[in-house]
Amino acid sequence: MMLDLIWFVLVAVLVAGYAVLDGFDLGVGFLHLVLPRSEEERRLCLASVAPVWDGNEVWLLTAGGALFAAFPPVYATVFSGFYLALMLVLLGLIVRAVSIEARNRGASPAWRRFFDRSFAVGSTLVAVLLGVAVGNLMRGLPLDAQGEYAGTFWALLNPFSLFIGATTVAMFAMQGACWLAMKTEGNLGKRAVTVALFAWATFVALYLDATLWAPSDAHWLFLRARQSFVSWIPAAFMFVCVTGLPILLRRGRLRLAFLCSSVTIACVVAILAIAACPIFVLCTNDVKSSLTAFSAASSPRTLTAMLVITLVALPFVLGYTVFVYRVWRGKVRSEPDEY
Amino acid sequence: MNVLTLARAQFALTVMVHYLYPVLTMGLGVVLVAVASLRLRRPDEVYDRMARFWTHIFGVVFAGGVATGVVMEFEFGTNWASYSRFVGDIFGAPLAAEALIAFFLESSFLSILVFGEKRVSRRMHWFATLMVASGATLSAFWIVAANSWQQTPAGFQLLHGRAELTDFWAAVLNPSTPLRFLHAVLGSWVTAAVFVCSISAYYLLRGRHQEFARRSLRLALVFGLVALAAEVVVGDAHTRQVARTQPEKFAAIEVLHHTQTGAPLAVVGQPLPEVLLPKLLSFMTYFDFNARVTGLDAFAPEDRPPVTATAMTFHAMLWLGLGLGVVLALGAFLWWRGRLFVSRRYLRVLCYCLPIPFVVNEVGWVTAEIGRQPWSVYHLLRTQDAFSRTVPAAHVAISLAMFAVVYVGLLGLSVHLVRKKVLQGPGGDAEEVPS
Repeated sequence: MMLDLIWFVLVAVLVAGYAVLDGFDLGVGFLHLVLPRSEEERRLCLASVAPVWDGNEVWLLTAGGALFAAFPPVYATVFSGFYLALMLVLLGLIVRAVSIEARNRGASPAWRRFFDRSFAVGSTLVAVLLGVAVGNLMRGLPLDAQGEYAGTFWALLNPFSLFIGATTVAMFAMQGACWLAMKTEGNLGKRAVTVALFAWATFVALYLDATLWAPSDAHWLFLRARQSFVSWIPAAFMFVCVTGLPILLRRGRLRLAFLCSSVTIACVVAILAIAACPIFVLCTNDVKSSLTAFSAASSPRTLTAMLVITLVALPFVLGYTVFVYRVWRGKVRSEPDEY
Repeated sequence: MNVLTLARAQFALTVMVHYLYPVLTMGLGVVLVAVASLRLRRPDEVYDRMARFWTHIFGVVFAGGVATGVVMEFEFGTNWASYSRFVGDIFGAPLAAEALIAFFLESSFLSILVFGEKRVSRRMHWFATLMVASGATLSAFWIVAANSWQQTPAGFQLLHGRAELTDFWAAVLNPSTPLRFLHAVLGSWVTAAVFVCSISAYYLLRGRHQEFARRSLRLALVFGLVALAAEVVVGDAHTRQVARTQPEKFAAIEVLHHTQTGAPLAVVGQPLPEVLLPKLLSFMTYFDFNARVTGLDAFAPEDRPPVTATAMTFHAMLWLGLGLGVVLALGAFLWWRGRLFVSRRYLRVLCYCLPIPFVVNEVGWVTAEIGRQPWSVYHLLRTQDAFSRTVPAAHVAISLAMFAVVYVGLLGLSVHLVRKKVLQGPGGDAEEVPS
């Protein structure tokens, strides 16, 4: 029982890590079309994420692998249930990986313009659809007797989930803008601050709206969030960070601002995870058939083996992740010295 | 077409395109470590250029591997949900371990390798190179372990309608993991060695970047010969292991219809006129001319793998692989006679060898996977029971079409970028005078 809950928490931690880290490079993905005023500025924006984006994406891979290993029925139901949506997420991930790598390797402006646009489109697709997926999990899904998704693709594109998709885009735009504000300087840096403030306002408005919407569309989750004491802890942290963010941005405390934005995103994931715990997928047609951390868990032996691997590997992973970010700390000035 | 066929086609397409990338980077990582070590010991401008040039190519290819690799991590859930439910307790762990242990290592240190030469010390840069190469190899270990469990499941019991883990290391180090892992790693070493050889040969033929090309060619030739010699031994052992652990796959490989003692080896098989060497198969498999070898007739027709595809891909791998061995050995001979860098005919042959190891690796994996049919997990779960029942055929058709289009574009782009870098050359050399 304890192991099941530990793995529920670990999956949530991986998702939060992904949202915080890939959040800023997805954000840069859609902001780099509007923010920079010149080729030089655009190169700076992209250079700020070039060394770290694929490490950030590994968080998603690890979350997927951990879900597969620890809760196979959840992995199977959600991934096959969201089939077309996930295929589009994969398309987005492929397109943005290719775009950022290929962009600077071509000389012609048309080549660069093409990959700039595809990088933005890919990033937006990923952010929107991951948000839509979360929105559907917040609502719950109809499941058949075997625990498989019993709805259609179009049912996934309901207004509430699309709204969560939009909120996710705003959240990642805020994160991306705070990242750029921290990593760039001069006019570009000033514009990044302005955009960060705008994205912050949009995110706050959408988030509040989604919270007002939740009692009707995500009734169960809303009730559980309100009743659960624990979920008030991240809510309090989030409140402090969200209120502090615009002040820090205006005062030029940009590293703290980025930290606040990151904590905000982690808290959003935490609030949802705490409220849902131990439910992964609420079965809307029969609550008892919901996929939970208890009903969907792998055997204790597997969970223990994986926990040992995680505890051994995690200090190293965190160690060299911090090391790499330290190597790239400070403002980006020119292109990195790529071969 | 039904969902099963479409799902199989999509998995085959996505995994085969994906493998083209890591099969090169895994071996190229070793080349980079070798160059970085040489450079650390004897700093010199040619080694600098070698490190930069091969790292640039590594970066381009690695990005393709990342882009296509994400798909693999998700596809078990999207297209093979029944499989995922059945094996998740065992199969998921190596995938998670791969991400946690290998992917983080690779991707974190890759940024230092590719972008960070001026930001870290020389030793640190060497260490980053070593970590990237180690990450690639560790990643291969975990994914091959997962695949091997499908071939020779171990360390589990059937409980609650699924395979549950009883012994982690027995499952990871199942009977086919060690040899399959070595076989795959050596295959990728040969691939990278031939890749470096043929690009170096191209420069020598064109009279460009002579010193760069000579050193790269020597290094890669030694690397390739060692890897290929080891591969012959490992490949042979792996085939004999398959005879013991998956006799129907082995029977399909050797097109042995009837179980018999003193089984002959078909050197040339159907559809060509058969040439049989008496008793040789028994000897090669069990070191005993009169050993009994299991034929396809020992298995019910519905339990046999497709014979033609299994046998043809296996023999394509075998003969093309041995052919590469001859080419590399010839290179060593010419080197000894002092004609390696001047024999234009040989250099031209090397150039044309570039795609062959990719083909060899791909057909080898096709043998392994087609030969596993009709099972998704050997003797436990049939492929026809493994796919996602809730995904409509139309949706799989859409995604298959999407991958077909995107992957053609991606492959074209990768080839274009590598070719562009090759034509551009390692750059910055004073000896650009044709000789």
